[in-house]
Amino acid sequence: MAKAEHVEAEQHHDDHDDHHEPQGIWQKYIFSQDHKIIAIQYTLTAIFVGLIGLGLSGVMRLQLGFPGDFGITDAFYFQAITMHGMIMVVYLLTALLLGGFGNYLIPLMLGARDMAFPYLNMLSYWFYFVSVVVLLASFFVPGGPTGAGWTLYPPQSILPNTPGADGLGIVLMIGSLAIFIVAATMGGLNYVVTVLQLRAKGMTLMRMPLSIWGIFTASILALLAFPALFVGAVMMMFDNLLGTSFFMPAIVDAAGNLVSASPDKPAYSGGSPLLFQHLFWYFGHPEVYIVALPAFGVISDVLATHARKTIFGYHMMVWAILAIGVISFVVWAHHMFVSGMNPYFGFFFASTTLVIAIPTAIKVYNWIFTLWRGNIRLNTPMLWCIGFISTFLIGGLTGLWLGNVIVDIPLSDTYFVIAHFHLVMGVSAVFAIFAGLYHWFPKVTGRHLNKIMSRTHFWVTFVGVYVVFLPMHYLGFEGMPRRYPSYGEDFNFPASATDLNAFITIAAIIMGIVQFVFIFNMAWSAFKGKKAEGNPWESTTLEWQTPDTPPVHGNWGPSLPVVHRWAYDYSVPGANKDYLTQDTAPSATAPRSDRHLDDHGTHNNGHED
Amino acid sequence: MNAMTPTKNPTPPNHIGNNRGGNGWGDHHEDQYESASPLGKRIGLWIFMGVASILFSSLISAYVVRMGLSDWHPLPEPWWLWANTATLILASVFLQWSLNSAKQGNLTVTKNGIMLGGLFGALFIVGQVWAWLQFINLGYFVETNPANTFFYLMTALHGAHLLGGLVAWIRTQRTVQRNESATKVVLGVEMCTVYWHFLLVVWLVLFGLMLLT
Repeated sequence: MAKAEHVEAEQHHDDHDDHHEPQGIWQKYIFSQDHKIIAIQYTLTAIFVGLIGLGLSGVMRLQLGFPGDFGITDAFYFQAITMHGMIMVVYLLTALLLGGFGNYLIPLMLGARDMAFPYLNMLSYWFYFVSVVVLLASFFVPGGPTGAGWTLYPPQSILPNTPGADGLGIVLMIGSLAIFIVAATMGGLNYVVTVLQLRAKGMTLMRMPLSIWGIFTASILALLAFPALFVGAVMMMFDNLLGTSFFMPAIVDAAGNLVSASPDKPAYSGGSPLLFQHLFWYFGHPEVYIVALPAFGVISDVLATHARKTIFGYHMMVWAILAIGVISFVVWAHHMFVSGMNPYFGFFFASTTLVIAIPTAIKVYNWIFTLWRGNIRLNTPMLWCIGFISTFLIGGLTGLWLGNVIVDIPLSDTYFVIAHFHLVMGVSAVFAIFAGLYHWFPKVTGRHLNKIMSRTHFWVTFVGVYVVFLPMHYLGFEGMPRRYPSYGEDFNFPASATDLNAFITIAAIIMGIVQFVFIFNMAWSAFKGKKAEGNPWESTTLEWQTPDTPPVHGNWGPSLPVVHRWAYDYSVPGANKDYLTQDTAPSATAPRSDRHLDDHGTHNNGHED
Repeated sequence: MNAMTPTKNPTPPNHIGNNRGGNGWGDHHEDQYESASPLGKRIGLWIFMGVASILFSSLISAYVVRMGLSDWHPLPEPWWLWANTATLILASVFLQWSLNSAKQGNLTVTKNGIMLGGLFGALFIVGQVWAWLQFINLGYFVETNPANTFFYLMTALHGAHLLGGLVAWIRTQRTVQRNESATKVVLGVEMCTVYWHFLLVVWLVLFGLMLLT
């Protein structure tokens, strides 16, 4: 960089560096207000808690594959399914995609120095951290964690004899969720304001990389959806601790007595369990897209970079993200088709559910068109992207089945549903996360990951998810219900189902172990990996154009970047290389591509000049 | 640490001052990048109020659903809730008075207004706690009836937001009392006032709901 040109600015920068650059390990790495450090904190915490979730899935698979052989009690099985579900959906996926990717990418991709409210950002991480501690604490209290299933439906979740209901398990779960929601609100507020306010000059909304669009829209969804869960959680806490009857109907126990929260409280009566389901799924369905939209964004950016192609249909991609965000708020009752709803109600929610397939299909087609005749570089992030498209497509198609009331009712609560949502939301989101982690690792650490370990991780995982989840569709058709620790004589499954369960378990365990190759690869490469250049993937977006790699406090040195074009100028005809970074001035390239080069930040439809 | 590519940064230095306003792009403050612009702070506040509105809307919809079930016995509407409502209205009035004075540059009135506004706000919280005790004395316990439960839950959640408002008020109050110039505190007073107005509106909606049902 031509530093001599920036004497004044440099002087100023030094001034505020003296003022702001945090000194000391405590402020620099623990209670940091730097978005990059907070992103790393979020990511590492989420990966840590995700490994616990992974371990719990191992517990489930051991029991399902070899019932009774490993001494797993029914209660522990129920606790494992509950904690696995909640950890994966909320504490891993949501936290990593918004807290991890959101924090790292928003300021860097938009050309800002930091988030709009760095202090709030720091608080957001520490609230998240406390929520994780509270959640994990439930493993160590008498009675253990709650075993109510991740949806925590009352009355089951707070009735005596449900694991964790007699002790503190359910209280800690609800409390942890409430704390997490506070953290997510602080974070979401920050992401939205930063996107609206701190974009670099020239970075119009329609020049933003799709990752940012995904994270931005998901943040809005989170802000709109989490309060409903918060209310549900507080109301459940009231029912559980104060003996109120928001959700609790009158219930008679085995001895014929009416159940109450404690002997000195009146018996439960008159509450509506369905009310909780509505509150839960009003949050729960948008939650799917809170996870999916950032994943869509990350996939779009990684795909375009490694295919050396402009993203196909950028505007349509943006509108699809927004459309999905809006529609996601009117589909929640498709999780409740078996609750006995009015058929017209079911018809409405089935219709909205099927409608959401349209913008989603637009995205899938556009990814495929982006790949079409691209100069595809099969780097590891690209492999994860292609893997994502396949798992998301298959999981999405079974979603169309389950979205129909008449198909859903017989398949409800079977392994078909497990297979569906794991592929579409679990595996796909995790693939997007891996795509992102492999893609941005060189920027975050300044080093490359080890290629052999990366490939091993990808291929075993990719084959593994199909070996694990494809047979589950079949098991679902056989009628294998979810949330059963063993099946006994009553189900009369063919022997092939039992064999299949054992087979799935072995595959799942191999796949689980391979995740540690990734963990080792990250840890090893962060210190010993091959040094990375600033822009190893030859990407257009701003985060790769920082003067330092990894970026230092303040990100941009003395002067902020100025944006002259959209994020997808790959293989521009006539340009002297196959990508033009977003901060490349029009004069530096000839000839100009007609679209997206307007220096005034407006889309000119090719009629400029 | 690698050097940048030759095509990098062909643009002129873009230091403090020359990228503010006008273009409709981000409102940057390179000199203090650790905090949002006034507009950013206002947007942040409005988003937060939006989130809180969703929270109370969820609560109200749960209230309406639960109310439809057979065991609902509404609470009485005693005079002390009306008195509390008047207190909260006064808090808003004084804060608005403070804000108007700050905009006109009258620091003394600003200081008095914000002081009185906060005191009435705090008084409202005390009044709500007192209302709880009165209801408990009368035998309206939290678990006796869902209508009671909703009253305690709604006032508790509203109260939690009020406590946040008090923290904001204490911070604003300290800034205002220390400051020499009314114009410098306008933003702080405005944010505080808007939030307390919001809390008043939420209370009026909740109280109105309880009155009507």
